[in-house]
Amino acid sequence: MSDAPSPAADSTDSNAADAERKRVITASLTLGGAVGITALSFGLAAVSAGANVWQACALSFFTFTGASQFSAMSVVGAGGSVGAAFGGAALLAVRNFVYGLALAGRLTNDERGRKLPLLHRLVAAQFVIDETTAMSTAQPQLRLARTAFWVTALSLFVTWNLGTLIGALAGSFLDTQALGFDAAFPAAFAAMLPPHLRTRRGRLAAVTGAIVVVALTPFMPIGIPILVAVVGVLFGVRP
Amino acid sequence: MSSGQLWLLVIVLSVTAYALKVLGFVIVGSRTPPPLVERCLALIPASLLAALVAKDTFTSAQDFVVDARAAGLVVALIAVWRRAPFIVVVVAAMAATALVRRFA
Repeated sequence: MSDAPSPAADSTDSNAADAERKRVITASLTLGGAVGITALSFGLAAVSAGANVWQACALSFFTFTGASQFSAMSVVGAGGSVGAAFGGAALLAVRNFVYGLALAGRLTNDERGRKLPLLHRLVAAQFVIDETTAMSTAQPQLRLARTAFWVTALSLFVTWNLGTLIGALAGSFLDTQALGFDAAFPAAFAAMLPPHLRTRRGRLAAVTGAIVVVALTPFMPIGIPILVAVVGVLFGVRP
Repeated sequence: MSSGQLWLLVIVLSVTAYALKVLGFVIVGSRTPPPLVERCLALIPASLLAALVAKDTFTSAQDFVVDARAAGLVVALIAVWRRAPFIVVVVAAMAATALVRRFA
């Protein structure tokens, strides 16, 4: 790098920046497509658990955080109460609070470090979820972090809601029991687990959660053992 | 659960999920929680997702059961272990469960 870059070097830099930006946008859109498929299975699973098409769609539009939606419908499907279904789902949603802390500095201010309008921040908050956090925090540059967040957010929001609608419509015409749609729940949860099992603590917490549920199910109202399973987090107490 | 109760769940869960997002992103902002709290919060998904896998495979209402869903889980775990895409994991588990139900 020379101290006074020639125009040619400058345009190479901006080409590189463009290429980088394109790469981020492509990756974010691809992720949106993949998530649409997950949404299809959510729509099917929600309907097989007893929700109607509108309820499945309202969850995807307003709750917009996959693991919590699956969790709530799983407890409903088992015959649990509103409180039990809500409890587990809300605990899973606490993760988005933590993501909010990680994203706030990068996305709530403009280029000069001034706070963006409150309305902008309130809209952005709805999209603070696993995928947007992963894509955005992976970008070292602030501008790319913003691009990654918004492209992922919007493509995901479209595919997540569209997928849910299609899945729920399909599910309401099919024999969900004979086709094994109830097996979509444990499979979906198993597919979401690997990133959380990378640490020893994560594996201990997971094993504890599974044992607690199986051990307590006969003795507690439906869905409550899921809430007790959160004792697995105590493996985080020791540094 | 009645349709009314389900709507109640949808509304309360949506409000709570959004409130948690706003609390972290807008209200508390870029501050790090104490390390102990951070470590514990980070373990919630591991505990709950594994608990949900166990519940959805081995329980029915308040009973411990091993049925066609266990076959689905075995297939799902193999698919996850082989790093199969999400849809492959889910469809393979559903197919295994449906087949066992049909022929076992």
